[in-house]
Amino acid sequence: MKVTLNGEWTQIPDNIIFVSDVLKHYKIHDKVVVVEVNGGILSKLEHQSTRLADKDRIEIVHFVGGG
Amino acid sequence: MNNRYSRQELFSPIGKDGQQQISNKHVLIIGVGALGSASAEALVRAGIGKLTIVDRDYVEWSNIQRQQLFTEEHAKNRIPKAIAAKNRLIAINSSVNIEAIIADASALELEDWAKEADLVMDATDNFETRMIINDVSQKVGVPWIYGACVGSYGISYTIIPGKTPCLSCLLETVPLGGLTCDTAGIISPAVNMVVSFQISEALKILVGDMDSLRNKLVSFDLWKNQYSAIQVDKLKKKDCPSCGPQRSYPYLSFENQTKTAVLCGRDSVQIRPSVPMVRDLEALEKILAKQTGAVQRNPYLLSYSENAHRLVIFKDGRALVHGTKDISEAKALYHKYLG
Repeated sequence: MKVTLNGEWTQIPDNIIFVSDVLKHYKIHDKVVVVEVNGGILSKLEHQSTRLADKDRIEIVHFVGGG
Repeated sequence: MNNRYSRQELFSPIGKDGQQQISNKHVLIIGVGALGSASAEALVRAGIGKLTIVDRDYVEWSNIQRQQLFTEEHAKNRIPKAIAAKNRLIAINSSVNIEAIIADASALELEDWAKEADLVMDATDNFETRMIINDVSQKVGVPWIYGACVGSYGISYTIIPGKTPCLSCLLETVPLGGLTCDTAGIISPAVNMVVSFQISEALKILVGDMDSLRNKLVSFDLWKNQYSAIQVDKLKKKDCPSCGPQRSYPYLSFENQTKTAVLCGRDSVQIRPSVPMVRDLEALEKILAKQTGAVQRNPYLLSYSENAHRLVIFKDGRALVHGTKDISEAKALYHKYLG
């Protein structure tokens, strides 16, 4: 499916169903992240249960410590 | 009377009144590496009244690519960053009162410094110190601005006690063992972008224009051309131990701080992480193999030698830093390579 990911129109693989699959696909599943889908912010538990659909708007912010 | 602030005063959201306010304010910057150098220079040029800068490290050659206050002379002579920064900052604006502190920002000291300040700027390189800043900010009631970067990526969030969620609300768990600028690299535009977000928010706070604050968690990747800003108000937790009504400021308590101990007669310091963790030594070996030092690994521990120092990292997250008795130096090396 195609989604808007951090403002970019992006093709993601068809085997992606849940938000947690996107995090795995981009190898950020072991990082601390905040995810918003279509303007609604998700709790960590909702990453596993929130299904994605074509044309969804996804914002993913991951925390880093450098400086 | 010169007109050094005239262009800032012409900017109407600041104006002459705002400039007057800025000149009466005191900002505390924790860390004077890449973020801290850029933040300090911006605030000093903007005419801040007083600036306190705190750093435990000294200038190295690998800093100069992005840490804008430092020169070759500083690296050659291993000048403490707080001192090198202060000298340059005074040359930029002699009317600013600049206090340079060479120290590891521990909970007790941080609370004393923050009490005196109107705003705390985060320019640290680790989450341990950030969690302490977060608790101190809530306890003392002073705002702080989180900022961090790795590679071409950066992130920032402004924390106002009593209003926004705090860092503890956003993180849920403290990310330990992430990539650092010393393991994954960093480009200077990522630093300056984070600082631009931080300083814009700082100026709004300093002139009292709280309605103009961004109120969003912002992140960007300058190489991948991505930008994201998320409204995170909903993540404020009623039962947050740092900012909730039943708060206990967990990161100010001794138990939750990284434990260090000088090992007698061994010229070594032991560092134990604040929370139990399992270190992936194989992954760490791959990261450290890109550094200039030598890496060795067995099933139980990993050893990394560079110049006069050797870091030995155990699976349980513990590290021994050989070649120093100085706890601050050992912690600086630990956070540099292990995050």
